[in-house]
Amino acid sequence: MSELAEKKEIIRQLKEKILSLEGFNTGPDSRLLDFGLGPMNAAFPGGAFPVGAIHEFISPTETCAAAANGFLAGLLSTLMKKGGVCLWISARRKLFAPGLKFFGVEPHRVIFIDVRREKEALWVMEQGLKCNSLAAVVAELRDISFAESRRLQLAVETSKVTGFLHRQGSRMENTLACVSRWKIRPLASKTGELPGVGFPYLEVELVKIRNGRPGIWQFEWKNGGFKVLPDRTKAVVKPPVSQKQRHYA
Amino acid sequence: MPRRYLYIWFRYLATDRLAKIRPELRGKPFLLYAPEHGRMVVRASSQNLLKDGISPGMVVADVRAILPSVEVFPADLAAEEKLLGALAEWSICYAPIVATDSPDGLILDISGCPHLWGGELPYLQSITARFRKGGYDVRAAIADTIGTAWAVARYGRNEMIIESGRQAAALFPLPPAALRLDSSTLQRMEKLGFRQIGQFIDIPRLNLRRRFGEAMLIRLEQALGAIPEPLKPVQPAPVYLERLPCMEPIRTATGIEIAMKRLLETLCERFFNEGKGMRTGIFKGYRIDGETVQVSVGTNRASRNAAHLFKLFELKIPEIEPALGIELFTLEATLVEDVSETQEALWSTANRDQAAISELVDNIAGKVGIQAIHRYLPLEHYWPESSVKEVISLEEQPETEWRTDRPRPIHLLSEPEPIEVMVVLPDYPPMHFRYKSELIRIVRADGPERIEQEWWLKSGPPRDYYRVEDESGARYWLFRLGLYGNRKPQWFLHGYFV
Repeated sequence: MSELAEKKEIIRQLKEKILSLEGFNTGPDSRLLDFGLGPMNAAFPGGAFPVGAIHEFISPTETCAAAANGFLAGLLSTLMKKGGVCLWISARRKLFAPGLKFFGVEPHRVIFIDVRREKEALWVMEQGLKCNSLAAVVAELRDISFAESRRLQLAVETSKVTGFLHRQGSRMENTLACVSRWKIRPLASKTGELPGVGFPYLEVELVKIRNGRPGIWQFEWKNGGFKVLPDRTKAVVKPPVSQKQRHYA
Repeated sequence: MPRRYLYIWFRYLATDRLAKIRPELRGKPFLLYAPEHGRMVVRASSQNLLKDGISPGMVVADVRAILPSVEVFPADLAAEEKLLGALAEWSICYAPIVATDSPDGLILDISGCPHLWGGELPYLQSITARFRKGGYDVRAAIADTIGTAWAVARYGRNEMIIESGRQAAALFPLPPAALRLDSSTLQRMEKLGFRQIGQFIDIPRLNLRRRFGEAMLIRLEQALGAIPEPLKPVQPAPVYLERLPCMEPIRTATGIEIAMKRLLETLCERFFNEGKGMRTGIFKGYRIDGETVQVSVGTNRASRNAAHLFKLFELKIPEIEPALGIELFTLEATLVEDVSETQEALWSTANRDQAAISELVDNIAGKVGIQAIHRYLPLEHYWPESSVKEVISLEEQPETEWRTDRPRPIHLLSEPEPIEVMVVLPDYPPMHFRYKSELIRIVRADGPERIEQEWWLKSGPPRDYYRVEDESGARYWLFRLGLYGNRKPQWFLHGYFV
């Protein structure tokens, strides 16, 4: 029995080593940040939301973009809990600063950079990602090429700043060097018998995640935190590759 | 060794200033006026007008009656004061301690200076010649005390240099006004028949004090040198300028970079010693064809970090056109502010972050422009467009809390977009609305939240805001402008909720 436990321990240590070699932050501080995502944490490598990486959000419509920005703001509130400043870069910004307060982000701690061209947005984002005094960098873009995303990834690897690329109305969903790809959609809010509009209710689809398991979850933003609704959470789209199947023997 | 003072009197400072700005007035009769008790009173008149008997204190209307051809201009007292300050700063090339004597005089402490010009007479001649060449009519006098120099410069007839210890003799023939007395004392002296200082200089002090008061005695003793008179010297603003001449003309970007780095290092070292930092800086290159090329940068907060400042300048190097070569580089900090060190020590880690962020913001501002950077603080207004204010500084903190009692959207359209709606009853949320030719059915709704125009700022109909949700779960912020009544109110889409 003890032999088995020892092996498990060795495997866990090796997994952690592989993750750190792949550029994932597996240090103790990454586990301290609890984003309140609950069961979704199991989908992430190492069981914690990858900070110090770039996440990609894709929003095809205006309403999805609003939902994605809300979800982003919820994540930012955890990233900025210890203080710090966030950079919000956009070429066509619609974000209304006071609306961030509902998601626990102090709007005066966000610096908005409203650039004229998307190329400038990429340059600003790269500069921001190199500055490790920032809590996070968010950029709203339409299109970005793989090579450009790799530059951002390289900047993040040394500074360990978390970056969010929010692509709105992009022409094609090309592959990027980002750690994950998300799609957020609004869902009809649950009010039960009561009239009126309920709490923000979102469907969060993790389309891609490096070394993790994609899936779909549903969250409600309630009382300043995410609340998972487990009964409605659908099964993982692709069944995960089990440990046994990987042995090609 | 006794102190020596030089007093310079600008007889026509105000008119000389105007004649310098507008050379066509030179030699013409003109005057400057200022309002006084509801009348326009002459403050200064040109030299040739004085001969016609027109002097300061007259009413402009009277002067016009005497001389219809006279030109009049409003006096600019602040500009004259500034000019006097500038002249004082220039005079530092003659003596280290210079003070202004408002409204039209300069006091120079010249102790130990005149021998550099070969004596007091050449010194005096040199300084008056320089001012006359610059277009100012001056009278100057040198004496042991400020009082005597003042008196001789304004009322002296022949000898402008009073030898050491001979103040009393110099003051003897001068009128009492030369003692800088107030007008009531002067009137009393006139009444008593004192036309010259010599008439009362030997009267026992006790009697003088009884008749004219302590102030007059102080002025007399100051002129004679029995009581010291303090001076408030002008402090020229320090110039933060570094120069770097080159042996060979520089034509490459690398060369310019090296020059920039060297200049920044010396300037930042100076900033470090003086506890200052640069806010704006100009880097100039003097080309061998006589042209100058320059680039300037601004920082968000005072900085003395050479590496950071170099990064800001580096972005501008492509704008410098060396042509045949640059032979001299200068770097000047035009706006300099204090950098508080205690603050830095107190907030060591937080401040390091702050410094890094402001350096980042400077960097971004250099590339995309300062107008692209926005930061918002709450304002106590309900009207959504005016509920935030933009701030430039990174340090400014909100005075009030951000409000959370009312729902506010995460996306706000810059301009509300008109929509077509179907409403069952007035004050009810719409059943459905059409936006960009798409029909959106509303399932749930909250509201209305009525926001009135702030009448002290702007008048107009109120807005009734509704938070609505459609079948797919998308949440919108709609409003109706105005009320149902005679005219059909208009509906708008203003934002998106999460």
